[in-house]
Amino acid sequence: MGDILDSLKEILGERWVSNRPEELWYYSRDPGVLEPHRPDYVVAPQTPEQVQRIVQLAARERVPLVPMGNAMALTGLVIPLRGGIVVDMKRMNRILEVNEMARYAVVEGGTSQGALKAYLQEQYPHLRHSLPDAPAGTTIAANVALHGQGRLTQQYGFNSEMVCGLEIVLPTGEICRVGSPSLGPHWFSRGPALPDLSGLFLGWLGTTGIITKVGLRLYPNKRFREVEIFVTDMPELVPEVIYRLTHLELLEDMTVWFQPKPLMFKDNYHVTIYFTGDSQEEIEFKRKMVWDALQEFMDSKDGGFMVVDPLKPRLLEMPQRSVAEFADVPRGGGFEYSGPITLVEHFPRYAQKLVELAGKYDLLYAGTARVISGGHAMMFAISFAFNRADRAMMERVKAAMDEATEFALQMGSIPWKPNFMEQKMILQKMDPVTRGLIQSVRRLLDPNNIMNPGNWEV
Amino acid sequence: MEYVRSIEHKDVVHRCFRCGYCKFPGDYQDFNCPSYKVFGWDTYSPGGRMWLIRAWLSGEIETSERFAEILYSCTACGSCQQHCPFPRFSDSLLKVFEEVKAELVNHGRIPPTVRDYFKAVSVSGNPYKMPREDRAKWAEGTGLEGYSGQEFLLYAGCVASLDEVGQRMARSVGKTLLEAGVSVGILAEEEPCDGSEVRALGEVELFRQLAKENIEDFKRRGIKRIIAMDPHAYDAFKNHYPELGGTFQVFHYTETLVRLIKEGRVRPRKLDARVTYHDPCYLGRRNKIYEAPRRTLKAVEGLELVEMRRHRENSFCCGGGGGNFFTDILGRGEQRPGSIRIKEALATGASILAVACPICAKMLSDASKEQEESGKLQILDVAGVLAGAS
Repeated sequence: MGDILDSLKEILGERWVSNRPEELWYYSRDPGVLEPHRPDYVVAPQTPEQVQRIVQLAARERVPLVPMGNAMALTGLVIPLRGGIVVDMKRMNRILEVNEMARYAVVEGGTSQGALKAYLQEQYPHLRHSLPDAPAGTTIAANVALHGQGRLTQQYGFNSEMVCGLEIVLPTGEICRVGSPSLGPHWFSRGPALPDLSGLFLGWLGTTGIITKVGLRLYPNKRFREVEIFVTDMPELVPEVIYRLTHLELLEDMTVWFQPKPLMFKDNYHVTIYFTGDSQEEIEFKRKMVWDALQEFMDSKDGGFMVVDPLKPRLLEMPQRSVAEFADVPRGGGFEYSGPITLVEHFPRYAQKLVELAGKYDLLYAGTARVISGGHAMMFAISFAFNRADRAMMERVKAAMDEATEFALQMGSIPWKPNFMEQKMILQKMDPVTRGLIQSVRRLLDPNNIMNPGNWEV
Repeated sequence: MEYVRSIEHKDVVHRCFRCGYCKFPGDYQDFNCPSYKVFGWDTYSPGGRMWLIRAWLSGEIETSERFAEILYSCTACGSCQQHCPFPRFSDSLLKVFEEVKAELVNHGRIPPTVRDYFKAVSVSGNPYKMPREDRAKWAEGTGLEGYSGQEFLLYAGCVASLDEVGQRMARSVGKTLLEAGVSVGILAEEEPCDGSEVRALGEVELFRQLAKENIEDFKRRGIKRIIAMDPHAYDAFKNHYPELGGTFQVFHYTETLVRLIKEGRVRPRKLDARVTYHDPCYLGRRNKIYEAPRRTLKAVEGLELVEMRRHRENSFCCGGGGGNFFTDILGRGEQRPGSIRIKEALATGASILAVACPICAKMLSDASKEQEESGKLQILDVAGVLAGAS
């Protein structure tokens, strides 16, 4: 192992390699409820070439490698289940290019969501990217690698669908470019009209390579943003509300949330509707369209729009910092969520299941659904807050999450960013031919089984 | 032999979610935590520190040089506290860090430079190991007299009294106050160390001793109103002396300048220059004094005040807070906070970087010397700007 340490120091310089107890303790865990596992080393590269040399070393020595962004998936995806080297990517944080006319950016693999937001705001204020509500420090590469969603997912799909080119260090050490950057200097297409190889890396949770550059589509940033909240106490009404609103084809984003605390929100389902415009006239037109679409439900007294002004500063903030506050509701510093991707029509059953699980395991819950691609699907987040000082509560959260995943699979849903045990559940339920293909692809790309081992394994 | 670890705010530590908002300014443009910026490991971020403290309290990690370095690399700039999204405990972040440092002090597990600092203050009454009489030299030729019942005590502090850059600032402030006819006196060679950095570095007992002696001395002299040149001293007098029985009316010198300008007692000279202002953490984030220095600068005819990208509550520390000015744990290198700050100042096109803290003045002056373009930027304290740039 001493040779590996020396080799890493030779590649990165002593300063950016650590096997100190402090780093090994910290990088052995994430903020979720899964048990930690110590890495042997933590490294922080700054160039693709350094990543390449690290991967070559790991392949030669058969040492596991775990790429890490901000470690906020909460499902243990950066916990080094078999030890090895954790690769902290956050030093690779440069924004390399913005093509204004083609509306895309090229960023390094450790660039944070916040950094791109700030850069665009200053340099290209009429452009934006699909910012998730995860903390600003989460990285763009990690977000797309796990099929994250963001503020523009309702319009344009998963954030991973907005990728327009990748650079990856393959598990064998080659640096590979995917899409238009494999042919020339422009990063406008991830695949079409080529075979779309980005599918070999997106959704694989770091098991098929380390992303060192991401091309990401940008979108118009309108001058004004607005928000309305439609409230109903009938969960069965929510899919129809979403259907009517998505029919308008003019909304920025739509989420549905419900929670028992504070009491003013209890037993109600809140459909938060975001829309944008370049003029107040456009905003008011869209507002009218939204209200008109739901007028029938107001007439029947099945729902109505709530006064939203006091909540606006929080709701319009990007990323929405208040999302993190849920972790401190039980004064305990943690929350965990399972976010199956499912049909919008399943909303009432998921809502019922969440409340049932919270009661069964005596947990504080929050439910949030994000509409994807105009209603083709939604992500339903089953969230439980926990007290990190209360081991028993953390065990209850774990059990509730397992049950939520079982339920999701029964419903024919796809668990989002599943932990390693959930991945096994998925693979077991999966069509055997599909499962075999996944395993074959994995073996082909990573013959030494060094990339985030323990994940996507049968 | 290992010891029992405990801190007063131990029940807060596990509540950190490690979301990382603490590392950033409000607009996320860059990392705003100086120690994270320099060291680059999550362990050196405020959230990382909180998580490590939890491990340390539970015995999962041991006290080590690295752990001490992680704690002492914090500049106590308060950016984490400002940007932590958890309002129910964010105010406790700095207290937690201070309490752990105090534990390390209690058990003698501190970096050598911290130990040397405490020793110098204990033995010499200042961190420079200078004789007491040297403390009066800055005031020579200014006309400032020893305190003998004047309305205000002008308190310089160790850096403004004994460091060359700080002394220039002290003279500017002193002269301006005298010219405005302020009834002000100094303690000269009898001025004590206020203990602010001693406290920040965790030597709680030495701080209490210094503070109590100072409080008794100030009371004996009949001092009721203090103008502090150093925001670190201001913070100690304002926020930590009262709990030890020392309640004085405390002003930062820029607050006094604003009043004097309003009263027409200070008439700034015309200055055709573009100026940017660096918020000292102990004045801005810690004591919410953002306006006084700016209003003072805006009173100068011809002066164009421009802001750096990071300013007010989002300001980036010079790297000297929390005792780092003396212990230099952040060290040098391309990510040195002072150097980054100089680049930000140059990016505004300003020809003057105005400061209101002797520690910031020194840190930024030193960093500036190491940069190619530094000749384009003059570093002046706010009173120096009023008197007209040289």
